[in-house]
Amino acid sequence: MYTKSVAQLIEGLRGREFSSAELTRGYLDRIAALDSQYNSFISVDENAAMAAATAADERLASGDAAALTGIPIAHKDIFCTDGMRTSCGSRMLDNFVPPYDATVIQRFKTAGAVMLGKTNMDEFAMGSSNESSFYGPAYNPWDTKLVPGGSSGGSAAAVAGLLAPAATGTDTGGSIRQPAAFCGITGLKPTYGRVSRLGMVAFASSLDQAGPMAHSAEDCALLLNAMAGHDPLDSTSSNTATEDYCATLNNSLEGLRIGLPAEYFGEGLDSTTGECISGALRELEAQGATLVNVSLPHSALTIPTYYIIAPAEASTNLSRFDGVRYGYRCDDPVDLHDLYTRTRGQGFGDEVKRRILVGTYALSAGYYDAYYKKAQQVRRLIKQDFMDCFEQVDIIAGPTTPGPAFAVGAKTNDPVSMYLEDVYTLAVNLAGLPGMSVPAGFVDNKPVGLQLIGRHFDESRLLNVAHRFQQATDWHLRTPDAIARGVA
Amino acid sequence: MSIEQNEITKIAELARIRIAGEEIGQVTERIAEILQMVDQLQAVDTTNVEPMANPLDATQQLRPDVVTEKNRREAFQAIAPAVENGLYLVPKVIE
Amino acid sequence: MQWEPVIGLEVHLQLATQSKIFSGSPTTFGAEPNTQASAVDLAMPGMLPVLNEQAVSFAVQFGLGIGAEIGKRSIFDRKNYFYPDLPKGYQISQFEAPIVGKGSFEILMEDGSSRKIGITRAHLEEDAGKSLHEDFHGQSGIDLNRAGTPLLEIVSEPEIRNAAEAVAYLKALHSLVTYLGISDGNMAEGSMRCDVNISLRRVGTEELGTRAEIKNVNSFRFVEKAIRHEIERQADILDDGGRVVQETRLYDADRDETRPMRSKEVANDYRYFPEPDLLPVVIDDAYIEAIRSQLPELPADKRLRFTEQYGLNKYDANVLSDSRALADYFEAVVADCGDAKIAANWVQVELLGQLNRDERSIEQCPVSAADLGALISRILDKSISGKIAKQVFEAMWQGEGSADDIIAAKGLQQVSDSGALEVIVDEVLGANAAQVQQYLDADEAKRKKLVGFFVGQVMKLSKGQANPQMVNELLAKKLV
Repeated sequence: MYTKSVAQLIEGLRGREFSSAELTRGYLDRIAALDSQYNSFISVDENAAMAAATAADERLASGDAAALTGIPIAHKDIFCTDGMRTSCGSRMLDNFVPPYDATVIQRFKTAGAVMLGKTNMDEFAMGSSNESSFYGPAYNPWDTKLVPGGSSGGSAAAVAGLLAPAATGTDTGGSIRQPAAFCGITGLKPTYGRVSRLGMVAFASSLDQAGPMAHSAEDCALLLNAMAGHDPLDSTSSNTATEDYCATLNNSLEGLRIGLPAEYFGEGLDSTTGECISGALRELEAQGATLVNVSLPHSALTIPTYYIIAPAEASTNLSRFDGVRYGYRCDDPVDLHDLYTRTRGQGFGDEVKRRILVGTYALSAGYYDAYYKKAQQVRRLIKQDFMDCFEQVDIIAGPTTPGPAFAVGAKTNDPVSMYLEDVYTLAVNLAGLPGMSVPAGFVDNKPVGLQLIGRHFDESRLLNVAHRFQQATDWHLRTPDAIARGVA
Repeated sequence: MSIEQNEITKIAELARIRIAGEEIGQVTERIAEILQMVDQLQAVDTTNVEPMANPLDATQQLRPDVVTEKNRREAFQAIAPAVENGLYLVPKVIE
Repeated sequence: MQWEPVIGLEVHLQLATQSKIFSGSPTTFGAEPNTQASAVDLAMPGMLPVLNEQAVSFAVQFGLGIGAEIGKRSIFDRKNYFYPDLPKGYQISQFEAPIVGKGSFEILMEDGSSRKIGITRAHLEEDAGKSLHEDFHGQSGIDLNRAGTPLLEIVSEPEIRNAAEAVAYLKALHSLVTYLGISDGNMAEGSMRCDVNISLRRVGTEELGTRAEIKNVNSFRFVEKAIRHEIERQADILDDGGRVVQETRLYDADRDETRPMRSKEVANDYRYFPEPDLLPVVIDDAYIEAIRSQLPELPADKRLRFTEQYGLNKYDANVLSDSRALADYFEAVVADCGDAKIAANWVQVELLGQLNRDERSIEQCPVSAADLGALISRILDKSISGKIAKQVFEAMWQGEGSADDIIAAKGLQQVSDSGALEVIVDEVLGANAAQVQQYLDADEAKRKKLVGFFVGQVMKLSKGQANPQMVNELLAKKLV
C-alpha cells in the first residue's frame, strides 16, 4: 500500500479497497515506528489526523468527495496550521500555535486531504541540508548517514521513506528541487505567484514559492491542482488562470525543443551525475524531443545575487520575531533592548543569524547601492538570459544539483560551500520560473535529479515532460533498499 | 570588501541580535567569507539596467475598502508571552 | 531680531477609510485595546499586506487638490527599525517614489492677506500602534488598534517663517482635507499630527542653519507655542555663540517646553528598500481624470465665487468658506431667503456667535439652514423687525420650533394694521402733550430729532412690534 502513488490511492479509496482511516492509520504507524531513523516530522497529531480521515470516509461514502478526499499528506512546518504548532524549524517558534491556516493548508482542506503532520526543515528554510533545524537534522532514507537536502528535507525524507504519499514544500533557492533530487522523489517549484504565500512563514518574499513533493509527476499535478490559484490576500499572487495540470500529462513530446545550458554541464558537475542526466536526455530525445545547446551567460552570478537578495529580504522579514506578541521570549529582560537582543540572539540559530547580519549589512547606509541595488540589476540580467533562451526552446534541462547527497556534517562548518549546492537551482527563483526535479538515476545508490525549467506559468509542460519520462523509466518507483527489504 | 569586528557589532545592534563576545570573531570570519563571495557582483556592468524587485514585473491590485476582520483578541493573546488588560506588555518604553 | 526662522512642517494625516491601509480591520477610534488588530496588523507569521483602494483614491484627491504631479508608478518601501508599537519591525511607507509630488496651496493670514506654500511631496504609509506608559509593574502596555491606519504624510517646503504662518498653514490644510472629505481632521484624536522642522539663519543669508525636529505637536495652539519656544531656544544658543544640535525634540504641552527625545538619540539607519510583499502601484490618466471630475469645489475657488456671486467682501468670504459644512449652510440659507448680504450677516454674527458660546461645531447646530432662511424671510417681508428676529432666533436655538411657530405663539408679528397703530400713536401723543408742543415750536432740524422720541415711545408701547415705517408716516400726519 505504501508504495502506491497518490493517483492509485485515490482509485483505491473510491473503489473501497481501503478506507482513509485505514490508510491514515497505516502511515501514522509507520511514522511512529520508523521516523526515529529519519527525523522527518516535527509534529504529528494522530487524533486530528484520524478525525479528518474518518470525516473523509463519510464524505467518500456519501459520494461527495473532493479531488483529494481521504489522501494523507505531510506539510512542511513552514505553513501555519490552525491549532497545531508551526515551528519553522526554529526555537523562536517552538511554542507557536497559530490561530489560523495558511491558504495552502486551507486549500488542501477544501480538496479533502488529511494532514499527517508537520515536517522537519532547515530553520526558517535557510539551508540546503536540513541540518540547521532546531529539532535536529532529518536523514536521507537512502542512507541515513547522508543529508536529505534542504530546506524541505523532512518532506523529501518522509515521501522517500514512505511515511507519507506526498508532501508540501517551499522553494526559495532550490528547497523543493534539491531535497527531491537527493531523496529520489519528484518535486515542483511553481512559477512565482502561482501558489499563495499567505500563512507561509516568509523567508525571502520575492523568491518564496510553495509546491508539491511526491513520487511522480502525475502526483505533483494532482497536488498542484489543489494548491494553485489567485489569493486576494497575497498581493504578489498571480491572477493568471490556472489549468487542470493533469489534462496534458500524456501529450506527445514530438517536436519539443529542450535547451541545454552550457553553464549547467561544465566544471563542478560530478561526472557520474552528468552521465545520469545525459541518459535521461537521450530518453527524451527518443520520444521525439530535440536537444538544443543554449547559454545562460550570467549563471556565474546567481550565487552572489541570491546571497544578497535573499538575506536582505529575510533580515527584515524576521524582524517581527521580537518576543512581544508570540513565540520565544528571553527570561527576565531588564529593558526593551535586552528583550530584543537576547530574544533574537537565543531564539535564532547560527545560520539564520548569519543571514540576518549579511542582509542587514547589504541594506545599510552606504552599502545599499553596491549590494542590494546591484543585485536587483543583475537579477534582471539573469532573468533576461532565460527569456532569450525561451525564444529558441520550450523548456530547459540540466542537473538539479552538482552531485548526489553528501554526508551529514560534511559542510556544516563551511557556509559558502553549502551555498554552492544550489548553483543550478537559484536562478529559477531569481527569474520567478517554474522548475522541477525528476529522479534520473543513481550514483553509488544515491539518487540523482534531472532539473526541468519552463516558461512562466508553463507548469503543465514541465509536468507533461516529466510524466512522459516517468512512463518510460522507473527511477521514481525505486525505494531505498532497507524499505524494500522490509527492514525499515 | 573585508569587514571588521566593530562593523559586525554595529550591524548586530541594528538587527537587535546579541552575539556573545567569544563568538564575534568566528561570526566575523564567516560573514567576511560570504561578503567576499558576493563581491563578484561589483565587476558587473549594470549601467542602464532597471533593478528588478519582482520576477514577474507585476503591478499592485487594490482591495476594496471594506471591514472584513472581526475581533480575535482572545485567540491572538492566548499565544502571547505577556499580556494584561488586553495590552501586550514589554519592559518600559522610554520616549 | 538678527535670526530668521526657516520652518517646514510634516503633517501625518489619518485618512478617513473604513478599513486599514493593508488589512480589513476597522479604523474606528477609541475601541478596547487590541480589539481592532488583525493577524496582519499584529505581524503574525506569514501575514501579507494588500493595499486599500480608498487610501489610494484619497491620496490622489489630495494631490489634485494641491495641483501636484501624481506619481503614476509609486512604490512602497520598508522603513526598518525596532519599536514595540511597530509589530513587523518595519513601517511600510513610500521613500523614493511617492504617490504625490510637488504642489502648493494658499494659506490665509489673520489680516486677510494670503500666500502660497509649496508642498514637497505627500506619501502613503501605515500608522504605528501606541505604547501606554501607565505603570504595569514597571512595564509598558502596547495597543495595536492604530497600527495600520492609513496615513498621508504631507511634507511642506521650508517656506514658513513664523509661528503664525505655521498655524495658518495647518488651518488651510485642515480646511482643504476636510473639504475633500479625505480625513476628519480631528486633531484631538490624532487624525492630524504635526512634526515641525526649525532652523535659524542670519537675516539676509541663504545658507540654512542646523535644524531641530519637534514631534508631538497636536493642536494649532501647541504648534504656535512650540515654534515660539523653539525659535527662542535656538536664538539664545546662537546669540551666545553656541551651536544648535541636530536632534529630535518632544513638545511637552504640560510644561510648555521642548526636550530631546531619548529614544531618538542613536542615529537610525532605516535601511529603506522596496517592500517585496507589495507591487508598484500603477495609476493611469483615466483614473486620475475620473477622480478629478468628482472633486468638490475647494476652499480657494469657493472664496472667489462667494465674492463674485454674492458680492461678499473678502473677509466675509473667507469666514464663510472656512469649512465646507459652514459654506454649505450659508448657501442653503441664501437659497431660502434670497438675500446673500443679510444671510452672511446672520450666519457670521448670530449663528457663529451662538456656536462659539455653546462650543459647538456647525455640524451640531440646532437650527437648520432652512429654519434660519425662513426667519430671515420674515425680516425681509417685514413680518418682524431685526430686533424681534434676534429674540425669535434665541427661541429657535432653544428648540422652541420654527420661526413662524414662535412668532405666532408669542404674538411677535409686526403690527402693520393702520387702525391699531393709530390708537397707539394717539395714546402716545395724548400722554406727552408737552413734548408735542415742544415739537410744534421747533424748527425743521430739531423736529427730526424730536420725532425719534415719539417713535421710541410707540415701539415701547407696542413691545417692539409696531411697523416703524408706518409709525413714522402716522406721526408725520398727526404732528401738524
